[in-house]
Amino acid sequence: MATPNTPLWEVFIRSRNGLAHKHVGSLHASDATMALQAARDIYTRRGEGLSIWVVPSTAITASDPADKGMMFEPAESKIYRHPTFYEVPEEVGHM
Amino acid sequence: MYTQALNTAEADDRGLEDAARAAQFQARIDAEERIEPNDWMPAAYRKTLTRQISQHAHSEIVGMLPEGNWITRAPTLRRKAALLAKVQDECGHGLYLYAAAETLGTSREELVDAMLAGKAKYSSIFNYPTLTWADIGTIGWLVDGAAIMNQIPLCRCSYGPYARAMIRVCKEESFHQRQGYEIMLTLCRGSDEQKAMAQDALNRWWWPVLMMFGPPDATSQHSDTSTKWKIKRFSNDELRQKFVDATVPQAQYLGLTIPDPGMTQDADGHWRYSEIDWTEFKQVLAGNGPCNRDRMAARRKAHEEGTWVREAAAAYAAKRAHRQTAQAAE
Repeated sequence: MATPNTPLWEVFIRSRNGLAHKHVGSLHASDATMALQAARDIYTRRGEGLSIWVVPSTAITASDPADKGMMFEPAESKIYRHPTFYEVPEEVGHM
Repeated sequence: MYTQALNTAEADDRGLEDAARAAQFQARIDAEERIEPNDWMPAAYRKTLTRQISQHAHSEIVGMLPEGNWITRAPTLRRKAALLAKVQDECGHGLYLYAAAETLGTSREELVDAMLAGKAKYSSIFNYPTLTWADIGTIGWLVDGAAIMNQIPLCRCSYGPYARAMIRVCKEESFHQRQGYEIMLTLCRGSDEQKAMAQDALNRWWWPVLMMFGPPDATSQHSDTSTKWKIKRFSNDELRQKFVDATVPQAQYLGLTIPDPGMTQDADGHWRYSEIDWTEFKQVLAGNGPCNRDRMAARRKAHEEGTWVREAAAAYAAKRAHRQTAQAAE
């Protein structure tokens, strides 16, 4: 009897410096408990983190690379959203 | 590392790869953009990378065998803890790489089955035996040293998931090489017998390690397209030369002799090594190395003996899922 393929999980780790959980890789495990243990063994052998999330890969909805233009171009033209767009006289100092 | 579930590009490859897409793809590569799993890519790019990354993964896994051989016989607790950690790292590296290979659309099960069936290759170096403790030092120093030489340029490989896996691997690999060199240093500062053991290990590993960089540039069959696609950034001979130049002074510091009487140093400082015996390389690649059969037998045995664990885990997950559905229905 062929064993069904073991589900894939995405692993996110929050490092000790208080940053957000960050995607570090993926792994295979039959259930969430085993995925968490495997993530500990595979991705935190050197104190890489203080918290782990595992998420079934199938639960992720990703943007389509073909829609990259439509998705992200609108932000590119809006340079007035950046602080450097605005002029502040040097005499005013750092702002 | 993204997921195969998101991978919808496979169907595209079956159709005609129109020249416009291929040109656009090459333009992205030339602009040093990274290719990601869901991006369009030529079928040959996908195939080349699946082959290369999965072979790399198999090598990490098979690479655990020659060193695992010495864990129970390490001379001190410190050495034992370090070797155990190193072998665990190799396992981790194999797993990062399998995950990267899977993003190209082949499942983990298929990749592993191809290896167990003898259809996929792994690095020939692991078909040599580890006869003494000095072999463990030599593997760390030279085999991992050569691997680092090969892997550092791969951190800038055009395929994003592979490059990211390599960055992680390279960070961890540096400990491997240093622990190997420390073993060699201890042996070389020890008794005459210990130093002789270190020299003997170097004699046996030197040439196989030079072969790790692959066939000479003139005969390498994968190099041209891999270079064009920026999978490969340096040629086999360039990397081999870099390795030799870095290693000779390290051997001199140990007081060991590189087993190549014909080796000379150029005016520009490069060490020129003698002709490599490529018939030996081909023999090992063809399955006739000293340990090919042992390595395959060990992998197959481990896979077969783990079957019940995989089945039990799947059955338990299925039972829990079933129970949850039943409770939800109540």
